[in-house]
Amino acid sequence: MVDRRSPLAGLAGAAPSIPAARLVALPPCARVVLRTAAVLDLPIVQDINRAVVAGGVASLRLGPDEWLILAPDAGPIFAAASGHAAAVVDVSHRQVAIEIAGPRAAEVLNGHCALDLGAAFPPGMCTRTLLGKAEIVLWRTGADEFHLEVGRSFAPYVWQCLEEGRREHA
Amino acid sequence: MLIIPCPHCGPRPENEFRYSGEAHIARPADPEATSDAEWADFLYMRSNPKGRHAERWRHIHGCGRFFNCIRDTVSDRIERSYPAGTRP
Repeated sequence: MVDRRSPLAGLAGAAPSIPAARLVALPPCARVVLRTAAVLDLPIVQDINRAVVAGGVASLRLGPDEWLILAPDAGPIFAAASGHAAAVVDVSHRQVAIEIAGPRAAEVLNGHCALDLGAAFPPGMCTRTLLGKAEIVLWRTGADEFHLEVGRSFAPYVWQCLEEGRREHA
Repeated sequence: MLIIPCPHCGPRPENEFRYSGEAHIARPADPEATSDAEWADFLYMRSNPKGRHAERWRHIHGCGRFFNCIRDTVSDRIERSYPAGTRP
């Protein structure tokens, strides 16, 4: 069995505590990209650019026929899609999750991301966007909490962008 | 930065998009019956207007979809956008 190592292990360990914008490397989970026009027997979100969490499974609708599903186990998603015209791809190891939370979190993100994070991006909204030069999935889990899904090799870059922005609020 | 309205995602910053040229250029239905001049016209000749221009964009760092958009090439003002495969 090969040990899974986070690309953020060193950076997260050395991160200073800044309550205005806390930065956390989230633990691994199963991730599945689901692309389908069929209606599956899964409790997944139907509104575009929205995310819901149901029974420990988070579904993020990123496009008209595209969902990113974060779950403890990918098995039930593959099972629900079997027999339907659907593309189901396990991307658990492709990306890592970062959380940034605190009263200044949106401001720190906007240092590198041009998205309007005011009333146009309420809690529960999610989208693919750019942070600096890296493509991310941004999900607002609370008023001051954001969940980022970042490509594994881009994770140190994104982390350092956010680290640089939040030091202003130390 | 331009704010471009994606028909699926709403107004988004320009850096999430890629430009894909003039919209509503149909590929000739029967290429073998098309003369070289007509084919070259289809491939290369664009209207390049000064003013109102229907163009294709792709929301590549978003929903990934192509869509059409009417933009004024002088003022950069975007009149409206509408899904690919439809007419304004």
